Amino acid sequence: GVGLAGMARGAAAQEALEPNSWEEITSYNNYYEFGTRKEDPAKYAHTLVTEPWSVKIDGLVDKPGEYDFQDIMSEMTVEERIYRFRCVEAWSMVIPWNGFELADLLNMAGVQDGAKYVAFETAYRPDEMPGVQYPVLDWPYREGLRLDEAMHPLTIMATGIYDRPIPNQNGAPLRLVVPWKYGFKSIKSIVRVTVTDVEPPTSWNVAGPREYGFYSNVNPNVDHPRWSQATERPIGGGLFAKRIPTLMFNGYEQEVAGLYEGMDLAKNY
Amino acid sequence: MQALNQILRRIPVWAVYLLGAIPAPWLFYQGLTGSLGVDPIEALEHRYGELALQLLIVVLAISPLRRFLGLNLIKFRRALGVLTFVYVSLHLLVWLILDVQVPSQIWADILKRPYISVGMAGFVLLLPLAVTSNNLSVRQLGPRWRSLQRLVYPAAVLGGLHYVMQAKGFQIEPLVYLSVIVGLLLLRVPFPSLLNRFRQVDSA
Repeated sequence: GVGLAGMARGAAAQEALEPNSWEEITSYNNYYEFGTRKEDPAKYAHTLVTEPWSVKIDGLVDKPGEYDFQDIMSEMTVEERIYRFRCVEAWSMVIPWNGFELADLLNMAGVQDGAKYVAFETAYRPDEMPGVQYPVLDWPYREGLRLDEAMHPLTIMATGIYDRPIPNQNGAPLRLVVPWKYGFKSIKSIVRVTVTDVEPPTSWNVAGPREYGFYSNVNPNVDHPRWSQATERPIGGGLFAKRIPTLMFNGYEQEVAGLYEGMDLAKNY
Repeated sequence: MQALNQILRRIPVWAVYLLGAIPAPWLFYQGLTGSLGVDPIEALEHRYGELALQLLIVVLAISPLRRFLGLNLIKFRRALGVLTFVYVSLHLLVWLILDVQVPSQIWADILKRPYISVGMAGFVLLLPLAVTSNNLSVRQLGPRWRSLQRLVYPAAVLGGLHYVMQAKGFQIEPLVYLSVIVGLLLLRVPFPSLLNRFRQVDSA
């Protein structure tokens, strides 16, 4: 927690962050398991049963197993993180998350030598998720990070917004938040975390490898094939909202640029 | 069907114009007042675009409806066609002015992004139809007016394709629109040899 507070002060741009309203954050979501329209998750996600909930942690860890959500929470330190959230569709919000560092969870399970990546999986419940009857993506939704990205202090598992439990449409009961990557990397309603030594397949990359890379770092200089990523539309500005320039690594360049030193970010998009 | 056609004959064309035009300002007003959700720009852009496609489908359905069911909506075809053009234009304007905003970006997008090129091509094909949708043009162009109106066929396919190409992942709805458009166009293809063969089998 202390480290992050220092980091937040370090990035000057961070201080001006004005969070979006609860209404904005919880009514405009991409969660295709509940439908492809932005209003679908808020309408249909109430059917998702999030109690009880457990997360299977497996792969290259010392203590693999099913971890009960409540047991995880009793071990973790939850704090507020106000982050920019930049969707690959070129809109953005500012969200006051509550959560704990993913590194703490991984350390709890004990990451073994030779681990290089972390894979994540969303719940797949056809009875509770009306959207999965359509083959929009190859369900269940999967995401992945390189181990150093996963262990980075900015990377959190969010369990709340505005000090309230995270609503279903935002990925209850726990979801990943990687603020310097496009929003789809921040996988929701996680049921499985696998530590591995190979780059895991990720849903959008499998669906459209030309459009969605494994890294998907926010980068104003590398366009999506179907739209420019140079600017974004901040949600909450109404019908005449002005576009604003998109920041490299979504404004977290100071903190994370080092992770990608020497990499061609146009190739590793 | 005869009775239905009687009723339809009594509906004035201006009523169709009026009814069809209402959603345009209404949606804009909803966008202003927050009823379209927290991202009214995207919502307005999509709603105008969907309305344009829906109207286009109605326009394309008019002649098959008459041919196969005897339902006569020809009287309203021009009104529905003009309304289609209005909603395509509004969709385009929202994209230009409210969404993209940066003039230099607009031209780059049209050239660089296939789904935008396709949508734009559809709009360009509709332009001469909109310009000539008046009695004077019909008289002046004579038989050429009818041929010109056939531009609506490629324009409709481009419109449906534009919708399919902008979708993220594999989505059903845009594919349904495109299939309906292609289906309505296929109904127009004359298959004389095929029909003759059926008739021969019948009489044999």
